[in-house]
Amino acid sequence: MGDLSIEVSDLTKTFGDRKALDRVCFRVEHKHIAALLGPNGGGKTTLFRILATLLQPDSGSARICGFDPVTAPDRVRRTLGVVFQSPSLDKKLTAAENLRHHGHLFGMRGRSLERRIGVMLEKFNIDDRANDRVETLSGGLARRVEIAKGMLSSPSVLLLDEPSTGLDPAARLELWRQLDEVRTSDGVAVLMTTHILDEAERCDRVTILDEGKVVADDSPAALKAQVGGAVITIEANKPQEVAARAHSELNLPAEVVGQSVRIESPDGNGAALIPRLAEIFGDGVHAITLGHPTLEDVFIRRTGRNFVREVD
Amino acid sequence: MNTDTSSSVRRAPVSLAVYSMWRRELTRFWRQKSRLIGAVATPLVFWLVLGAGFGRSFNPTGGASDASYLEYFFPGTVVLAVLFTAIYSTISIIEDRQEGFLQGVMVAPVSRGGIVAGKMLGATTLAVVQGVVMLMLAPLIGLPLSFASFCYAIAALFGVALGLSGLGLMIAWSMDSTAGFHAIMNLLLMPMWLLSGAVFPIADAHPILKAIMYANPLTYGVSGFRAGLYHNTAAVSDDGISIIVSVVVTVLFAMFMLFGSIRMANRPNRGGRS
Repeated sequence: MGDLSIEVSDLTKTFGDRKALDRVCFRVEHKHIAALLGPNGGGKTTLFRILATLLQPDSGSARICGFDPVTAPDRVRRTLGVVFQSPSLDKKLTAAENLRHHGHLFGMRGRSLERRIGVMLEKFNIDDRANDRVETLSGGLARRVEIAKGMLSSPSVLLLDEPSTGLDPAARLELWRQLDEVRTSDGVAVLMTTHILDEAERCDRVTILDEGKVVADDSPAALKAQVGGAVITIEANKPQEVAARAHSELNLPAEVVGQSVRIESPDGNGAALIPRLAEIFGDGVHAITLGHPTLEDVFIRRTGRNFVREVD
Repeated sequence: MNTDTSSSVRRAPVSLAVYSMWRRELTRFWRQKSRLIGAVATPLVFWLVLGAGFGRSFNPTGGASDASYLEYFFPGTVVLAVLFTAIYSTISIIEDRQEGFLQGVMVAPVSRGGIVAGKMLGATTLAVVQGVVMLMLAPLIGLPLSFASFCYAIAALFGVALGLSGLGLMIAWSMDSTAGFHAIMNLLLMPMWLLSGAVFPIADAHPILKAIMYANPLTYGVSGFRAGLYHNTAAVSDDGISIIVSVVVTVLFAMFMLFGSIRMANRPNRGGRS
């Protein structure tokens, strides 16, 4: 299988007449942290569930470390660590008891299991709360126990569904530190679904899913490079009018996205355009901003829609 | 570190999963004191209120006529405690699903039948323990328990509890909410108990009820338990059911429910929902 941890090709899944996944293809390499980015309903969770062996695709194929989740689910389960969006811990059990139970389900036992639990508790900084019931832990701590549980069986691939949900900024930073650690020290490939652009920016590779289709798939830098040098955004009361004038008077490729006008400046001379735009539109606009392209710009470029609005 | 643990992951024996699920049921039960109290107090209140209320009008035609109603009703009360505990323990699989615990279990490389069997055995153990707690009251109603009758009674309760746990699991496995389960409790499980000879003797029942009672597998469990309790080795007891038939039907029902649950859980693409 070379250096691929996950390989998905032409994966299709339909619910009724809605295509949740439409010929989806992407790959995740060893030791990479990859993101499946997209608005809710874009197909991320469906794909996550197929890879986690919980759902069968209609057609196409998936391979995790060379194993097919449909025909060899147990082999896939042995190579996977899965962290769900909703907690999968038993709240009435302590953190250590949850890990022990999980280890048993993976055929681990005795002293080697206890040793491994100790290593995980220490690694994720929960050793001092090991004997507290999960119901008494904060959201951030409980998430750490979840990840420790996912990593307990020493998986080659870690799947996480919206891992930052419900975490405060400090806990998010901590989560990232741990994912980096897991990747470098344990050599694990990480695939996470997310609708948070900042989170996707930090990954080695981003696959953007929209309405069941892959609309972009590359490293964040490469994706942003495709958009161009700079992006000018104009907030205006009448964005249609502003876009039309920018197009006719300045010959700029202006598009209306939601309540704003978006202009890509491929040659990177965006700064020079700002005074001219201010002069032409004057009081008709609230704000003109110039920025480097973000993954949001990539999403807008590929779908014609505003990502933040989609997520809300 | 990596190599040593990954080698221990290669095989996931079912027995370990069964043990782990069983142990989890016991731990959870012990930590939820309200369940502990509810499972004993409810049948106890039933026993005292119904027993005192029906006592005067109770005049069975069977051989147990010298028994007071409180005494007649006692084994039925123990079976009710077993039913409550077995059923409420197994329907917690609905909560396991809702709270997300089950999804973590479903991605483990272990047979789902093992998960279900562990859950069922956990519920059975708890139910039998509850039954034993109730049995401690036997001397209060002048029912002296010999060691042998105690052992027979426990064996009978185990059979009843296993069957009921399996039944609970089979119903709960495909349900999304505990609300729906209460309807089933009232429409199926309570009538099953009421028409098992636990509350009134089969001999006194209307012919139609009698037919239903003979078709009810729990009738044989109650009969077997009653016979065990009185150490009644007579070929046929008061309800017209021989001890052999009681044992055979109870064991068959329990096995049918056990293997039925395992089979149901092993069906692909079931229970994977969250």
